[in-house]
Amino acid sequence: MSDQFVFAMEVTLNGLMAGVLYALVALGFVLIYKASGIFNFAQGVMALFAAMTLVGIMNGQVPFSHLINATFGTDLHDFGWHLPALLAILLTVGVMVLLAWGVQRFVFSHLVGQEPIILFMATIGLAYFLEGLADLMWGSEIKTLNVCLFGESGCLPQGINETIDAVTYEWFGYGFFIDNLDITATIVAAVLVAALIAFSQYTKQGRALRAVADDHQAALSVGISLNFIWILVWSLAGFVALVAGIMWGAKSGVQFSLSLIALKALPVLMLGGFTSIPGAIVGGLIIGVGEKLFEFAIGAPFLGGATENWFAYVLALVFLVFRPQGLFGEKIIERV
Amino acid sequence: MKLKLTSLALGAALAAGPALADLTFPDLSYRTGPYAAGGIPFSDGYNDYFTLLNERDGGIGGVKVKVTECETGYNTEKGVECYEATKGDSPMVYQPLSTGITYQLIPKATADGIPMHTMGYGRTSAKNGDVFSNVFNYPANYWDGASGVVNYLLEINDGNINGKKLALLYHNSAYGKEPIRTLEELSKKHGFELVLLPVDHPGQEQKSQWLQIRREKPDYVTMWGWGVMNQVAIQEAANIRYPMENFIGIWWSGAEHDVLPAGAAADGYKAVTFHNVGRDFPVFDDIQTYVIDAGKAAGAGDQVGNVLYNRGMYAAMLAAEAAKTAQEIHGTQDITPEMMRDGMEALEITEEKMAALGMPNFGPSFKVTCGNHGGDGMVGVNQWDAETQTWSLISDFKPTDSEVIGALIAEDSAAFAAENNIESRCK
Repeated sequence: MSDQFVFAMEVTLNGLMAGVLYALVALGFVLIYKASGIFNFAQGVMALFAAMTLVGIMNGQVPFSHLINATFGTDLHDFGWHLPALLAILLTVGVMVLLAWGVQRFVFSHLVGQEPIILFMATIGLAYFLEGLADLMWGSEIKTLNVCLFGESGCLPQGINETIDAVTYEWFGYGFFIDNLDITATIVAAVLVAALIAFSQYTKQGRALRAVADDHQAALSVGISLNFIWILVWSLAGFVALVAGIMWGAKSGVQFSLSLIALKALPVLMLGGFTSIPGAIVGGLIIGVGEKLFEFAIGAPFLGGATENWFAYVLALVFLVFRPQGLFGEKIIERV
Repeated sequence: MKLKLTSLALGAALAAGPALADLTFPDLSYRTGPYAAGGIPFSDGYNDYFTLLNERDGGIGGVKVKVTECETGYNTEKGVECYEATKGDSPMVYQPLSTGITYQLIPKATADGIPMHTMGYGRTSAKNGDVFSNVFNYPANYWDGASGVVNYLLEINDGNINGKKLALLYHNSAYGKEPIRTLEELSKKHGFELVLLPVDHPGQEQKSQWLQIRREKPDYVTMWGWGVMNQVAIQEAANIRYPMENFIGIWWSGAEHDVLPAGAAADGYKAVTFHNVGRDFPVFDDIQTYVIDAGKAAGAGDQVGNVLYNRGMYAAMLAAEAAKTAQEIHGTQDITPEMMRDGMEALEITEEKMAALGMPNFGPSFKVTCGNHGGDGMVGVNQWDAETQTWSLISDFKPTDSEVIGALIAEDSAAFAAENNIESRCK
């Protein structure tokens, strides 16, 4: 087996892993779009907000401390505790539910019946508001995220997976690099998708959510509360954002660039469709593998490298030419 | 009686002479957005040093200093807006802290007669003061940084890096591409192989580049990164078990927040520098007493001694010393931006002066002239100790390759002069 083929296999595996991380971000977009037809520009910032809130709660940081200190001349910084990660995650989920309620109560309940572009513009405003709020609440410095669910031994693993390295070395004479964090992200994403599918298929709220996604008017006529469903779906998107924030934040520290991970989700959505959870996963995998293989085979050797960002969009556009609704999206037929 | 009092007041005012206006130093800061982690400590250091001068010395030459901060968010358009909004206040010098903003402001500031100081960033060929009359980039520039990396590799390889492989991992932008030409020339001169690895903005995803590093096994990796790219690169290097002591960043990739997220795995990482680190300098005692303890710090007071805080403080010190020089040259305390430019062009920093300022061995000695706005380009190397969470200077400030860099600067500045019809002004 040639070296190049072995390297390509390693690149493909890493592409699949990267694709899962992209899909994690894309899932949040899909959930909200499917239920409300809103393209949520703020999804990346929600991941940032959730991750900053998690670190802040874990470290016992006093929210808005800079503002409080500047206003009242106090010297508050932290409460002096360090909460276990699991409890901090639960509290953060609570904050995201509160945020979902606030978004619905103060923004979207006033925009019922507006054009999709108006709703999209509202999410742009929401993104900037949330970014500023996160800054005021938790500060701008980079925070180290160390999530340990079950004591010191249950921390998010990072670094090369020794088993895969050893096995592939035995098979191919070259040990593959697969990051333990990526493997964890893949498992988490699989559980998350399974849970979301089970929720929408087997629970009353899930069925209501699907009914709203299918037809708002019909769902209203059978007594489903749109208000409740939208709070629910924004909460779910907030939870998905938290998971994405944890996975991406563990790589780079929690910082404001986290909001830019949304850029990685757009080609995934274009490819997989805006309304399909499996589409987000498959789209993520195709984009992940496609961009990594292109960079390996053509980008780095012939084009000077750094092709991944634009190639992901080119790949998505090629798919769009043949399936404008994306691979798994619903075909919209409007009769005159 | 009323007439007498009025006459007395008028007499007193005339005897006192005209009131001196504050010396205004704009601070184009970025305390918000993706790059705030780098912008905040720099601005804190810049502001705190001027506060120290006001509180301890009564300003510069008896004239109080006013720092006007304008938030750019590291955004070029906002940076230009900040310049336009503050240039009417007779600003002494601009420090844009962004290569993108610097490029936009070079023609504007030159036309307006306002000096700019782009320490360790911006347009490298601005070192040629014969062409760039109002731009200064002392004590070191990007090309000095590239040469400093190669010098250090020569130092640890007994002067021979022939046949070695050096990978440049760079932000795929004008900033990140700055060292390429210099490193290409240096690779010809010293016989090392150069591998170029661009990373797209913002640099959150670098798997392809680090897989390539793992396959190609370069002896050394140098990084021109900023923002999230730095933290991800150091984490990825740790993930593939790249020897951290062979990984050397430029000074914008060598702050505490770049290495802390990787934890113990970042131990041994290095970065070139043009100033010292830590807070073991007498000036920090004064900052503690007159600024932090007095409740006058620009930020929370928790950044003192950090790499970028020190850099901001160093930039303020160089600006203050140039202002003093300008006051001496022109025989007036009430200087204009044009006079400040003259002060910057006549600035001389010696070790004696640094020691007197409470900063012994904090930065290199250098002298600015009409033709040399960049100083001597002395570069040292810092190393990170993850256990103590401190940087320390492991290689003192040493001269860079003026032969290679000088030729490149002459070529680039000559092209700029030809494009803009700039005539030689230095005798």
